[in-house]
Amino acid sequence: MSKQKLVIIGNGMVGHRFIEDFVEKADLEQFEITAFCEEPRVAYDRVHLSSYFSHHTADELSLVKEGFYEKHNIEVLIGERALTINRQEKVIHSQTGRAVYYDKLIMATGSYPWVPSIKGNESKDCFVYRTIEDLNAIEATARRSKNGVVVGGGLLGLEAAGALKALGVETHVIEFAPVLMAEQLDQQGGQMLRNKIESIGVNVHTGKNTQEIVVGGETARNTMKFADGTELEVDFIVFSTGIRPQDKLAKQCGLATGRRGGITIDNNCKTSDPDIYAIGECASWNEKFFGLVAPGYNMAKVTADDILGRDNEFTGADMSAKLKLLGVDVGSIGDANGRTPNCKSYVYLDENQSVYKRIIVSEDGKHLLGAVLVGDTESYSDLLQYTLNDIELPKHPDSLILPSHAGGEKVGLGVDALPEAAVVCSCFDVKKSDIADAVAEGHCTIGAIKAETGAGTGCGGCIPLITQVLNSELAKQGVEVKNHLCEHFEYSRQELFHLIRIEGIKTFKDLLAKYGQGYGCEVCKPTVGSILASCWGEYILSPENNGLQDTNDIFLGNMQKDGTYSVIPRMPGGEVTPKGLLAVANVAEQYELYTKVTGAQRIGLFGAHKGDLPDIWKQLIDAGFETGHAYGKSLRMVKTCVGSTWCRFGVQDSVGFGVELENRYKGLRTPHKIKFGVSGCTRECAEAQGKDVGIIATDKGWNLYVCGNGGMKPKHGELLAVDLDNETLVKYLDRFMMFYVRTADKLTRTSVWLQNLEGGIEYLQEVIINNKLGINDQLEKEMADAIDSYECEWTKTLSDDKQLARFAHFINSDEQDDNVVFTPERGQKRPAFIDEKAPTYKISLEEA
Amino acid sequence: MSKWIKVCSLETIFPSTGVCALIDGKQVAIFRPSEESKVYAINNMDPFARSNVLSRGVICEHQEQLWVASPLKKQRFNLLDGSCLENSEVSVEAYKARITDGQVEIRL
Repeated sequence: MSKQKLVIIGNGMVGHRFIEDFVEKADLEQFEITAFCEEPRVAYDRVHLSSYFSHHTADELSLVKEGFYEKHNIEVLIGERALTINRQEKVIHSQTGRAVYYDKLIMATGSYPWVPSIKGNESKDCFVYRTIEDLNAIEATARRSKNGVVVGGGLLGLEAAGALKALGVETHVIEFAPVLMAEQLDQQGGQMLRNKIESIGVNVHTGKNTQEIVVGGETARNTMKFADGTELEVDFIVFSTGIRPQDKLAKQCGLATGRRGGITIDNNCKTSDPDIYAIGECASWNEKFFGLVAPGYNMAKVTADDILGRDNEFTGADMSAKLKLLGVDVGSIGDANGRTPNCKSYVYLDENQSVYKRIIVSEDGKHLLGAVLVGDTESYSDLLQYTLNDIELPKHPDSLILPSHAGGEKVGLGVDALPEAAVVCSCFDVKKSDIADAVAEGHCTIGAIKAETGAGTGCGGCIPLITQVLNSELAKQGVEVKNHLCEHFEYSRQELFHLIRIEGIKTFKDLLAKYGQGYGCEVCKPTVGSILASCWGEYILSPENNGLQDTNDIFLGNMQKDGTYSVIPRMPGGEVTPKGLLAVANVAEQYELYTKVTGAQRIGLFGAHKGDLPDIWKQLIDAGFETGHAYGKSLRMVKTCVGSTWCRFGVQDSVGFGVELENRYKGLRTPHKIKFGVSGCTRECAEAQGKDVGIIATDKGWNLYVCGNGGMKPKHGELLAVDLDNETLVKYLDRFMMFYVRTADKLTRTSVWLQNLEGGIEYLQEVIINNKLGINDQLEKEMADAIDSYECEWTKTLSDDKQLARFAHFINSDEQDDNVVFTPERGQKRPAFIDEKAPTYKISLEEA
Repeated sequence: MSKWIKVCSLETIFPSTGVCALIDGKQVAIFRPSEESKVYAINNMDPFARSNVLSRGVICEHQEQLWVASPLKKQRFNLLDGSCLENSEVSVEAYKARITDGQVEIRL
């Protein structure tokens, strides 16, 4: 039997989604699949198109997994446009003259941006906003422009305005209607959105009918003329005035089309020709076309099912949406404008916080018909579930949009109230029951649920709801959240710490034999390695401990992406002598290391071959340096300002104290990295409040802040004690540090540790200052032992020949890794990108 | 069929660590999971980062098999067959490895 020929015209989001769905469901042996892709690249994510401006890689947007089409033997004709369809012969001709025959044809030709016929709109300063090529052109133009305007204040228009703003040009939005987002918002919601957008510096002009664009102006390249006689001078114009279904091909071959355009389809997505389907924005269903991706995905599914003889129907789509436009949260559900006869509304308006919420309920007050949310969309998913599943409203529906402080009880819709068939993810049409099934099969994390069901991988708006369903299902199954370290130890880090300490356990092997099982893994080994180092000050590279150490510790340097290392000697408090600088410079020059001042007030040398590390460190140590522990979960550094020694405002010697503290705690292994800051006065130039330990001078002594951090989730430290003298402060710190080392979970920074500490900072004060647990003597003693056992790991390593042998790249050759290649940049070097490396290497890569 | 190639003495590999050897122009990561006389060999290149680093990863046990966690982003590769635990479409080459008279030998 010959294979059935399936042809898809269009490789946009929906066209690709169809292929994905079909590949999953069908026996591909029976089909030969060909796709036309007019654009120069395969399907990419148009919903997040604007993000292209921040990363500039089309790959990042691509929806097609590497090798997907090849793997499933699907021919994609990139850059080929289907020119004609001959329905009698069942053949398509492309612009290159190629003829492609089909048995079933799926048209996913999408839409095109509609631009009103304004005189002058053909200027090269006018753009639309749909493809990566459009974005490249807009960006190039923005670079030589002072200001730009977006015509169209709808969803996509505001998205484009956000992009213009991010490109750094003065941004205007022109809207024909009296309000923004007239499709989704009511008048007051539109007004609130406008206020917010204007407050971040975007100029909004509503009720403007553009009549003409004239080249030239006093301050810009073009002048826009409006029907009310006003004018606006702008450099370039982006049109976002709506889309129209791309139905040219359908008209060419005589398929029925809708009155407002679009290829007419029935509930099975079939066009007037039973062998041709149309899906996505090009299709017209009941004289409606859908400009959102979710209905398109749904049509793709229905079509795949129909071709395979399965029952499925397209029955319309929910056009609700939740998004962030120019930093403003906006949500719109169902009948947002309250057009249903006799409906009633509840409105909440907070001009202070710029929040507007309105719900539209049925005449009897029992059902939610629609909602508008601006500035706060927290209740979006609950409200959406009320409308989608027609759940009866609580007695006082306004409680759904009132903040808790306003007397309104929080009547959030628990996930348990949702019916099993409730659609949780509308992009991929995933129901609550699908997620429950996935959990039952053992997919117990958000990541696993996403991979298994596809839920949450479209717009991502439903992830909070998925999390709730997941947690609720786990609870139902009686799954208890455990803090076991891993499958090899049924203990938390804190418990293991006590076992090691109390029983005097000195090796991983002993601990595993006594309290664990199996061989160990990449989680428990480094954790136990760190505890052993904290407890006994053991040399981390001793033969017993060596194999426990993670990436950075095992060769005493931070591994970079190409497998080379950074070298960062300690410069306590940021102090370094000119002679020291010379030594660093000499090493850097000799080994051609990229050199940079790090964020931690010291100098980092990058790009060192593993085999060169011992020689590099030997020179540095001979010049008086020691390891900076930049690679360890340990004290990194103490940042200081120059303090009273030099600064005319300083009230305490912050550098002196900082150096003392850094030398005191250096080398101590901690659950996560630790940073200190010491500021010599209240101006806080050392940014101490953003550190795990922050010390700020007062005229009476020091204020001690703890548990702050910068990084991914910045947090200010909390005040532990005030006006301390040096001695007391050191005592408190000894206790604090050891208490953290003892009790924190693995890889937990102090801020998170404090968050999870019941009683918070008050409890910590009780422990550290008032000895609530009666362990302070112990903590101080443990710290004293740790300080006594300090030795510079690099000095120790250099004295051990067996250790040094480990550093050569090859055990059987003196050669270096030929895949480590550098490219010059700004007078230094950087790792070469893969396409800058020698071709031989690329080939061997493909083989491997 | 290729020959067994002598690489180094077993002694030179610390138990529960790996080393990298250059064999016929190929970078081979050799692992010694414990004191026992047993070694494994896979290609040294992390296929995600395309850097020669796997020999420097932590050896770990999951699903009753031994793996090495890449030191860069921690994807795990099976010491016996080179398959990747995180992504079944990715793998590295695995090689035969044995100990003869205290010497590690590899066959490509």
